[in-house]
Amino acid sequence: MCVFFDQLYNFAHWLAQNRDEAEDLVQETYAKALRGFSSYQQGTNFRAWMYRILRNTFLTSRTGLKATQTVPLENDEDGPILAVADTQTPEAILIDRSNQALLESAIDELPVHYREVLLLCEVEEMSYQEIAETIAVPIGTVMSRLSRARVALRASVRQKLQRT
Amino acid sequence: MACEQWRSQLDTYLDGELSAESMRTLDAHLRTCPDCTADVLSRVQLRRSVKAAGTRFRPSSEFRSKVQKQIGTKRRWSWNLGWTLATATLAILLLASGINNYFAKQGLREQQLYSELADLHVATLGSANPVDVLSSDRHTVKPWFQGKIPFTFNLPELQNSEFTLLGGRVAYLEQSSGAHLIYQVRKHEISVFIFPDTTAIASLGDSSKARQQQTFNVASWAQGGLRYVVFGDTSADDIQKLSSLLKSAGHA
Ligand SMILES: [Zn+2]
Repeated sequence: MCVFFDQLYNFAHWLAQNRDEAEDLVQETYAKALRGFSSYQQGTNFRAWMYRILRNTFLTSRTGLKATQTVPLENDEDGPILAVADTQTPEAILIDRSNQALLESAIDELPVHYREVLLLCEVEEMSYQEIAETIAVPIGTVMSRLSRARVALRASVRQKLQRT
Repeated sequence: MACEQWRSQLDTYLDGELSAESMRTLDAHLRTCPDCTADVLSRVQLRRSVKAAGTRFRPSSEFRSKVQKQIGTKRRWSWNLGWTLATATLAILLLASGINNYFAKQGLREQQLYSELADLHVATLGSANPVDVLSSDRHTVKPWFQGKIPFTFNLPELQNSEFTLLGGRVAYLEQSSGAHLIYQVRKHEISVFIFPDTTAIASLGDSSKARQQQTFNVASWAQGGLRYVVFGDTSADDIQKLSSLLKSAGHA
């Protein structure tokens, strides 16, 4: 079985937010990859290619369309990254095993465009270049989106911690 | 630069995406600034938690076998796909560790050939009768191939080496036949493939240094119109040593 299978599935589940749809996504991704294998450009990033197929499949699915429509993406192409820099000292955010669930829901509640860059960066450990290839945006956009995603995640975690 | 300016770059720093120069300057700053260091540590901790939380979903075993079946009907493709994915992962690792990305420049054709050789290697060693001529004597093995393959070759004397010849069989790679020899070194099996350098195998580049393909180490070279590929899950050093022995025998 391909080395990315587990990771692809995990990513699909985070995007689709349910098991059945995640399975459909992964299956369709493999089907498309096998069919389009000859069109894969050698020398380009293969992992990014696979994730791109998965992501595009998701975005054109019903759930995907709904997820992107309900959360309009702010214009993150402009504006200096500094503007969204986290000014609060983050030492208050101490996550341990006991509130893992809290973090999971914080990630889950992120708008899909933030969720995906965060996961591609921190879970898949892709480089900015790879993320840019995967989601087909310039590196600058990857950086600002990632920065906003992290600020949003921290804010959400802080809020949830205060509530508990 | 003031702390505030650094703060906005700490995540980029932890992503390993700052320029080498900024990296050095920030490193120096962190050694003298407990506030920024505390900030970095807290970010590292959050990341660890995100990574743990972010890998929570696992495919069920039923689903795994379902997909396996789906791609199993195109076994050759799936092998190649898996192989390409594996080399892609390796390329990413190499890139991440700052080593010049060699695999990115390798042709897909080469990867396909290596995947077929890996297939032969694994299938042969996994079968009940790995070799058709079972002998450690090169003087028995060499003549056995006569009439079975369209060329002859020389095998090295192994008396003063750690290697043992286990035997050989005829191998087929994309419609051409060649020799597949199995050697052993410290419980590791090494495959040596010899094919005319005019066949499909010729598209494998020379690599005098053993290099890694998936979990295998590989060396490949052409000599006297034949292409040799040495392939095994043993160290690069072993692959090199056996390669030199074969090379000197080939010259004889
Ligand atoms: Zn500082």
